[in-house]
Amino acid sequence: MLQDENRIFTNLYGQNDWKLAGARVRGDWHDTASILSRGSEAIIAEMKASGLRGRGGAGFSTGMKWSFMPKNFDGRPHYLVINGDESEPGTCKDREIMRHEPHKLIESALIASFALNAHAAYIYIRGEFYQEAQHLQAAVDEAYEAGLLGKNAAGTGWDFDFYIHRGAGAYICGEETALLESLEGKKGQPRMKPPFPAGAGLYGCPTTVNNVESIAVASTILRRGASWFSALGRPNNAGTKLMAISGHVNTPCVFEEELGVPLKEIIEKHGGGVRGGWDNLLAVIPGGCSVPMLPKSVCETVLMDYDSLRAVGSGLGTACMIVMDRSTDIIEAIARFSRFFKHESCGQCTPCREGTGWMMRMMDRMVQGRAEIEEIDLLEQVTRQIEGHTICALGDAAAWPVQGLIRHFRPEMEARIQQYKAAHGGSGLVQVPASDVLPAVAE
Amino acid sequence: MAWTPAEQPDSFEFDDISEKEIAKILSKYPEERKASGTLPLLYIVQDQLKRETGHAWIPLVAMDLIAARLAVPSVRVYEVASFYTMFNTKPVGKYHLQICTTTSCWLRGSDDVVAACKKAAGVKEFGETSEDGLFTLSHVECLGACANAPILQVNDDYYEDMNGPRTEAVIDALRAGEDPAPGPSTGRLSSAPEGGRKTLLEETSPRSSGE
Repeated sequence: MLQDENRIFTNLYGQNDWKLAGARVRGDWHDTASILSRGSEAIIAEMKASGLRGRGGAGFSTGMKWSFMPKNFDGRPHYLVINGDESEPGTCKDREIMRHEPHKLIESALIASFALNAHAAYIYIRGEFYQEAQHLQAAVDEAYEAGLLGKNAAGTGWDFDFYIHRGAGAYICGEETALLESLEGKKGQPRMKPPFPAGAGLYGCPTTVNNVESIAVASTILRRGASWFSALGRPNNAGTKLMAISGHVNTPCVFEEELGVPLKEIIEKHGGGVRGGWDNLLAVIPGGCSVPMLPKSVCETVLMDYDSLRAVGSGLGTACMIVMDRSTDIIEAIARFSRFFKHESCGQCTPCREGTGWMMRMMDRMVQGRAEIEEIDLLEQVTRQIEGHTICALGDAAAWPVQGLIRHFRPEMEARIQQYKAAHGGSGLVQVPASDVLPAVAE
Repeated sequence: MAWTPAEQPDSFEFDDISEKEIAKILSKYPEERKASGTLPLLYIVQDQLKRETGHAWIPLVAMDLIAARLAVPSVRVYEVASFYTMFNTKPVGKYHLQICTTTSCWLRGSDDVVAACKKAAGVKEFGETSEDGLFTLSHVECLGACANAPILQVNDDYYEDMNGPRTEAVIDALRAGEDPAPGPSTGRLSSAPEGGRKTLLEETSPRSSGE
């Protein structure tokens, strides 16, 4: 497990001063110019060597992503866009960076922008994070005043502006091209790719979009070296990662941990154990609601990293886990995700717009048991017709939790249907709701 | 006296505070890309209505004004205002109670928070405003503070680690004109584990650049 001396986010809980003076004590903004003096190619090479994979969920190499920006300047400005639209259910890590480590983010944005040949960075913060945006704005103002932003930022010779842009309550804007649309003042509807943002992103200019955490760790990686970072974690799953535990544990929290640590150990140490003891565990959703859940049997041994979780049919996602104990109505837990995705579908692609509604209505009936056994297969079929048939990954994300439920908890779904039939008069057609449950399905 | 929501006004002008904000906002984007100001200007209108009337919302005439200011067709602003859930196209109560009902909050008892809100604020259903115009109740999707679930958002503030009684206390305090402190309601430090943090135990950990 990770030792304190290897933590990047040393003010994670805001236990110390989050402003410039406190940040300087923690080492931020110390001789930033010497990092930039290595040159952009060396910075990108170091980031690649560190093995950092994108911290927003997809897990693509950050250094590699940076290297996709055009090398030849064609007159269009380059942009760095930071994705602070943290909205994936279960996920609450970037919030801590924005409100408690804002200078780490701003300094790293300067370094990244230099490497990307960009003179401006926009951070898109979800609208609900009003206080977080206020903190970050205060930090930006301090940085301008101290000469760390603006012309010749931090004495590096690089002109750099950092702008905050607030979203307004749309999960889809966490998708990078929807985010760019929203930043341009439009509805957040994803763009077709290609062209990829590195070719034509914000305002049609070369753009790199990175998660808040992926950017914020850059300054520390470049100070302490790629070899320090890559020595942590496991091969191809390097470094430390902000994680969170929510749900049925004794002490829900956010924390920084090394990748590749057993999930069980993390729940025991940081989460204070499952409520009612380990044997009371039902399932864990390891990285935000878009990744399929893990039943207890898998949780016993699985390691918390990209490749280990992929190997068991799930994913690391944002590494913010939702723990559910045996008191959980697992069908309702997943039905809530189906409602979420129905609400958040942008409406652009038919399979997603219509399919998320289908899934939600079927899941609502599954919660009651007001369905036929065969409809479980029909529901599975609906998820397959959404998955892979949409412009962005929201359709996939909506389908996977339902698939995970059917894969691991089909007997529970069947039992619920049998119970309903037993309680409401046998095996006849149950599409029409019994009169006493009608109000509950009014939605 | 029962509160009735305002009708669509015939005109709208930005006040001085708003104009200052707009100037700041528009300096962030290239001049020919000022349409980027759409979301921020909608917020500015909503905030101004809140200042003037106590109820945050965006009338149609204000959307037209934004469109004119940003040189985009009005429909562009309308569709943005209706796409994003945080823009109110009708007046909401002085305190907008927004409860996260997504899975993480539900697992930690958001049903109790919902029940407490309905009881203390005097509303029956989501989307309703209390008769005195003080509280509008909404359910929202994940607020991104799941380690502090369940969350009640009141206007711009998060009240965290809520339960039924503490929710009622917050609402009663708001009704009494008080300003209850947002953040974790259990007294814990932000998102650190209840009972004290398990990592970062040193008070400060300065680090030299040479490492």
